[in-house]
Amino acid sequence: MSFNVVMFYVFSAIILLFSLLTITSRRILRAAVYLLFVLIATAGVYFLLEYQFMAAVQLTLYAGGIVVLIIFSILLTHHISHLFEKPELTKLLMGTGVAVVGSFLTIYTILTYPFPEIVTTTPLPATMENIGAQLLGVEKNGYALPFELISILLLAAMIGAIVIAKKDKSKNSEI
Amino acid sequence: MYNYTILIPMIPLVMFLVTGLLGMKWKPIISGLLGTTGLGISWVLSLMTAITYFFGGHHAEAFPTIIPFETLWLTFSETLQIKMGVLLDPISVMMLVVVTTISFMVHIYSLGYMHGEKGFQRFYAFLSLFTFSMLGLVIATNIFQMYIFWELVGVSSFLLIGFYYQKPSAVAASKKAFIVTRFADLGFLIGILILSFITKTFDFGILTNPDGAVFANAAGLSFMGVSAMTWAMVLVFMGGAGKSAMFPLHIWLPDAMEGPTPVSALIHAATMVVAGVYLVARLFVVYHFQAPDALEVVAYIGGFTSLFAAVIAITQYDIKRVLAFSTLSQLGYMMLALGVSGYGGEEGLGYMASVFHLFTHAMFKALLFLGAGSIIHAVHSNYMYDMGGLRKYLPITHITFLIACLTIAGVPPLSGFFSKDEILVAALEHNKLLFAVEFLVAGLTAFYMFRLYFNIFWGKDRHYHHTPHESPLTMTIPLMFLAFASVFSGFLPFHSLVTADKMHFDTHLHLGVAVPSVLIGLLGIALAWLLYKKESKTPENIARKLGVLYTATYNKFYFDEIYLFITRKIIFNYISRPIAWFDRHIVDGFMVGIGTVTEKVSYRIKGMQSGQLQHYAFMFVAGALILALVLVYYM
Amino acid sequence: MIEGIPIQHFLIVSTLMFFIGVAGFIMRRNLITILMAIELILNSVNINFVIFNRYLYPDQLQGHFFAILVVGIAAAEASVAIALIINIYRKLKNIDVENVNELRY
Repeated sequence: MSFNVVMFYVFSAIILLFSLLTITSRRILRAAVYLLFVLIATAGVYFLLEYQFMAAVQLTLYAGGIVVLIIFSILLTHHISHLFEKPELTKLLMGTGVAVVGSFLTIYTILTYPFPEIVTTTPLPATMENIGAQLLGVEKNGYALPFELISILLLAAMIGAIVIAKKDKSKNSEI
Repeated sequence: MYNYTILIPMIPLVMFLVTGLLGMKWKPIISGLLGTTGLGISWVLSLMTAITYFFGGHHAEAFPTIIPFETLWLTFSETLQIKMGVLLDPISVMMLVVVTTISFMVHIYSLGYMHGEKGFQRFYAFLSLFTFSMLGLVIATNIFQMYIFWELVGVSSFLLIGFYYQKPSAVAASKKAFIVTRFADLGFLIGILILSFITKTFDFGILTNPDGAVFANAAGLSFMGVSAMTWAMVLVFMGGAGKSAMFPLHIWLPDAMEGPTPVSALIHAATMVVAGVYLVARLFVVYHFQAPDALEVVAYIGGFTSLFAAVIAITQYDIKRVLAFSTLSQLGYMMLALGVSGYGGEEGLGYMASVFHLFTHAMFKALLFLGAGSIIHAVHSNYMYDMGGLRKYLPITHITFLIACLTIAGVPPLSGFFSKDEILVAALEHNKLLFAVEFLVAGLTAFYMFRLYFNIFWGKDRHYHHTPHESPLTMTIPLMFLAFASVFSGFLPFHSLVTADKMHFDTHLHLGVAVPSVLIGLLGIALAWLLYKKESKTPENIARKLGVLYTATYNKFYFDEIYLFITRKIIFNYISRPIAWFDRHIVDGFMVGIGTVTEKVSYRIKGMQSGQLQHYAFMFVAGALILALVLVYYM
Repeated sequence: MIEGIPIQHFLIVSTLMFFIGVAGFIMRRNLITILMAIELILNSVNINFVIFNRYLYPDQLQGHFFAILVVGIAAAEASVAIALIINIYRKLKNIDVENVNELRY
């Protein structure tokens, strides 16, 4: 059993454990921190798969950006010491029921599906040259158009967020 | 050569559109002048057509049938097609002249009569519409085109009767006219369908071919013991009877007098009401060769109507109604003449006489109505007991009215004498009973017309609101023109112009008929002179002696009441009500039920739209899982 | 690929993570927690993209790029969502999802 294999199972355990803690924790700031652990562990999985760039994006954008954003909003809307009440029973049943049934169904499908054991094609290493050439390429295997779309989407989301969140001057809201 | 004939109906159509759509923006008189000018052009074109057609230098043999213009309008199948076009043959050319002449005169007359009325341009627009429809009817190349224009004529008649739409009686009269004629047209339509089913064609040219080849299919067909062709032609005649107000569909015509008087002159005396006669004459060959029984029906209905209407006319006081019943009576004459006619040469005397009478009647009856309009214009009343001694005040109207009365009474040598005499000769040759009826009616006609005349122009002066004065020149010129036409149109050689087989034949005065008919006419006039020349109590006394008979006649033999009873009490109660119930409760109920169920169900299930995001999410995920399960494992 | 680990193990991990996210979405009433659940779901999907790319079609980088694009979309979504949450908090003084039910029947 190589080191990589061990590391994979460690990361998987972290992912599953902290995912569960994220959605069950009654303190929201802790939930955010648990989410951070999940995301970092995911980045670890990407490193194991030798997708370093993907892992870096995961760390900087998700772990660094989105979680910080979430923590900001938590601080804007909650007291640190705020403790959630326990979820209602019906919702608990609904959520767990769907999750359990869906997990069984999916895992059963995964286990019974005949995945090909050996793939013979030569791998394309995810080096920065390849990624950069393809991300901005316009020929076959070029992703310039989705790249531009994403940039426009991000711009729109930014403007939208500002418009939505800014104070409504005409109505004199209290906050 | 006759290409310009398409303009004859098109000019009135354009005038209708122009005055109808733009007329509100102008001074009323401009619409009137425009309509009159347009119709004047149509009139000149019609006269040109008639002169070139009839006297265009030929005709040892039959007059040709010319179709200068025809276009395909609708195609049902290879053989069954509806065309629109212009057909010229003796009868349609003659009708063109009649329609445009009378219409032109009425247009001029209305400039004075309708002066200052509200809706002056509307009146002219409708007149143009009517003229267009009537001309389209006359020149129809096929029976379906005729039917379309037949309905258009009905609509314009409806619009013009209801011209004073604020008067409830006018509205009622227009509805009555429309419904009755429309009911009759249902028969016409069924007749057309049977006819086209048998012959696979609508064209008059093919239908009226005397060899009757297209009717070969009809031989074995019959229904309830009567042959299919007889049914078809009787049903077609039903349409004609509706338009020409033959008994028992006559009830709308007297009420139609609610319209303005020029309209009565144009539509309900001279042109539209003769459409039925024209229809029978147009299909005369079919009637004569394929359905002689139907022709018998035409003859007897015509004869009965003429007697029936003449009797009623004696008792009426409304001068326009007297004229209306007189119109009925004269239309009966025409129908009868067609009914007793044969085909070819002297046999076709009845046909010729009918068309001849149609022509002369159009002239003198229009004259009578326009004269009556002039009188009403002066006195502001329709009733003859408000009139008397008017000959001093209305000299031109008086003379022309007298001429018209003499014409209709059949005094030689005025035109009515010739045409009526020929009808009587034709009837005598064919059917003695009908001849006797018509002979009697000739006397009655003279009597009631002169009753009218003496009551209006003689007798003693009434107390008038203001001194009656002669009508303006726009009204008297048409009177004079029509009087001229009434006097001299009898000398037109109709027997060599418009005949059943389009061939010339010779007629001569039948002294054995002419002398007695003139005598009975004079007798009627003398009787009227005795009773009504001076104010006297004698007529009232006679009326009182006749008792019930008089009252029944005065009330038009209660036909209106009978119809009302049948429609209101029987049809409404026992047919319309159950149908209405079915419609309201079953048909509507079904639709309302669908709506109600949808509403109730959505009210019940609207709770699912809870606004709770997580419920939605649960439903979504559960549904997606079920779909995945089904798609992956069961498909 | 990692020698000795079958693809199924990765997929099981991402599946469990996905359904944990779904359960969190349905159970929790705090909008920010729900947002975090959504991040979990997106993350599990990302893992799937990358895994399929790595194990089945290693000669291309399609799954890899897709994952990057999903990260971008997640960032956009998070920013808009947080703006909405702040606005809701201004209006309602709390951010419970039950109270955001203006769009009911």
